Amino acid sequence: MSAFSQKAFNTQLKKTYSWYVGGFLIFLVALAIAEQMGLSKAWIGYVFLFATVALYAGIGIMSRTAEVSEYYVAGRRVPALFNGMATGADWMSAASFIGMAGTLFLSGFDGLAFVMGWTGGYCLVALFLAPYLRKFGQFTIPDFLGARYGGNIIRTIGIIAAITCSFVYVVAQIYGVGLITSRFTGLEFGIGVFVGLGGILVCSMLGGMKAVTWTQVAQYIILIIAYMTPVVWLGIKHTGIPVPQIAYGVTLQKVGELEKKINADPKELEVRKIFKDKADAANASLKDPAKAYADGKTKLEQNVASLKAANAPADQVSAAEKALDAYPKDEAAAKGQWTKEKGLTARAAPVRAHADPYPGKDEAARYTAKLNFLGIVFCMMFGTAALPHILMRYYTTPSVQEARVSVFWSLFFIFLLYFTAPCLAVLAKFDMFTNLVGSSFASLPAWAAAWAKVDPSLLNITDINKDGIVQWAEVVIGGDLIVLATPEIAGLPYVVSGLVAAGGLAAALSTADGLLLTIANALSHDLYYKMIDTNASTARRVTISKALLVVVAITAAWVTSLKPGDILFLVGAAFSLAASAFFPPLVLGVFWKRANKWGAIIGMSTGLAVCLYYMMRTYPFFTNMGVPKMDLWFGLNPISAGVFGLPIGLLTIIIVSMLTPAPDKETQELVEHVRYPNLKPA
Amino acid sequence: MELSQRHHEYWRKNLVITAVLLSIWFVVTFVEGWYARELNAITFLGFPLGFYMSAQGSLVIYVVIIWIYANYMGKLDKEFDVDEGDLG
Repeated sequence: MSAFSQKAFNTQLKKTYSWYVGGFLIFLVALAIAEQMGLSKAWIGYVFLFATVALYAGIGIMSRTAEVSEYYVAGRRVPALFNGMATGADWMSAASFIGMAGTLFLSGFDGLAFVMGWTGGYCLVALFLAPYLRKFGQFTIPDFLGARYGGNIIRTIGIIAAITCSFVYVVAQIYGVGLITSRFTGLEFGIGVFVGLGGILVCSMLGGMKAVTWTQVAQYIILIIAYMTPVVWLGIKHTGIPVPQIAYGVTLQKVGELEKKINADPKELEVRKIFKDKADAANASLKDPAKAYADGKTKLEQNVASLKAANAPADQVSAAEKALDAYPKDEAAAKGQWTKEKGLTARAAPVRAHADPYPGKDEAARYTAKLNFLGIVFCMMFGTAALPHILMRYYTTPSVQEARVSVFWSLFFIFLLYFTAPCLAVLAKFDMFTNLVGSSFASLPAWAAAWAKVDPSLLNITDINKDGIVQWAEVVIGGDLIVLATPEIAGLPYVVSGLVAAGGLAAALSTADGLLLTIANALSHDLYYKMIDTNASTARRVTISKALLVVVAITAAWVTSLKPGDILFLVGAAFSLAASAFFPPLVLGVFWKRANKWGAIIGMSTGLAVCLYYMMRTYPFFTNMGVPKMDLWFGLNPISAGVFGLPIGLLTIIIVSMLTPAPDKETQELVEHVRYPNLKPA
Repeated sequence: MELSQRHHEYWRKNLVITAVLLSIWFVVTFVEGWYARELNAITFLGFPLGFYMSAQGSLVIYVVIIWIYANYMGKLDKEFDVDEGDLG
């Protein structure tokens, strides 16, 4: 490709996407006007869902291709700025868009581990990987491992690792797609998954990386507008300036004062005491459940009998009978209820200071909290620098220098959302402390009344001490509420809620696109073309990849429909696995010529094995299935398994490489080749 | 191909800038994280410093680190004649 046409291409791109942004804004204004004229909420939801999915599919159809380099690496002509946006959308998943602010809202400072981890990882991408992978210039990550270390064993391990972590991650995305579509359109969860999947498939199947790239740019623009609009509005409301990210320090101080006020408020103390008493009673009952069950039942029966005997008023008798009816039917049911009530201890605890790092009851607990914070930061960072669907994006730039600049743009665009999330959490908390707490149950803020009705798992307010006034201890919030309800909290029209839903959908779809493509490419390119049929024609390779894409997507949707476990753990596990498996062989492959085939094979498997071993032995999901449980190492939670996997993997590569012969001259020359952007003969 | 003295020099400079930037990254990530509790005693722009760094300060520094690296390496490529011409 000549310099001239690349320039013309860049200009054309800028023009196209400027028109696109303008068109999108006009679309929003038109919908807002339609809402004023009486368009119903359900229809706004439908219009957003179908208009955006149709847009993504449209881009897919326009970018359809059957050429290998277009299909796998978008023709290697994606300029740095646009690759940055595409990476941003690829990167920010449903968990970032919807979950992040909620996590920060609920856990305060400790949630910042994800904010730091998911941004700081890009420093490692920039310094250790992106420019070198671009110079290497093939199609996938197993490609690099195969070429650098030689042979099919390492390639196979690479394929397995790439598929494992991408698949775990894609399940979490499809789950997010189903959740958003079902919530905002009232469609069933399963149908929501299906519609979203349709959008993903049309796009990635027809045009591979080329279509996915241009769709992701479009999706980034939607998701960032959607995230910023309500925050800016809420910021003007509480800080008076439209850039609340800079000014929310004042709001944070106010939140701190309100936390102290809440912790000292006698009514709050009263509610917390009720929780504590309930929890204590449950604990006592659990010590001897059989006796406690019988005692409780006798007491209620006696109560009914004595009221009847004393000829008490009918309503008192019927209340006593109701209480007896509500009593658990057998001991097992009672035990279940008590175990639940035992958990109320958490709600009896005072509010934690939002900005306070590593809370704990003593020095040892605080130390463990600190280690876990840093452990998560470590795993998220190195995982970022090892997830194949992200690294693959840096194959698509026109040059090594563009790849470097592109990492800068990637982080910049990701940063915009991640430095807003902590701000949103603080603003939302302030709003709830001032407008929700202390309001009367008869006249809750409109958004609170609406959300509590829609989904009690997101917002549940019960008048525990029956005083008719909302105490903070009476409010239970699901993390996802924060982003989803912000437009209503800020008092914006429903069209902004629709926009936020469209943004969340864009975040989930774009990540799912990238991941599915990674899996399909690992199978079609690395497994089929490189290992099974090296003479396959280009048309055949692309066709096989497209067919695999459908199979993988349907499998992932099927696994999602089983609703497996905790999404945050799934995501964390994907990062820990990627960090342990990929980071050491990739980085040593570039920076240490002596790293050889057997070092990489044994080191990579050891890293993966250690990581998996730690998760299996400590995560309740596995230990409940019969895997013998073991104590945590240094108190580190299973999500941070990469803290052990990565260093052990790295050391193993070094030791085994030193014990076996150095790689041949050809390999050493490959290393030199990737180290210099353009190695000209002297 | 046999590497010249200039090539080795280029690679050495690359390693130096990588190490320098990586140390900054390490400090604003792990050292800052380790002392977050102590840093919170200081107020910065109305924020407790430990909170500010983890929520915003470190992030800004990460962006700057990558920007410096991309610029420095772009110049280094030209200086040592290993750049890719104007194609990019």
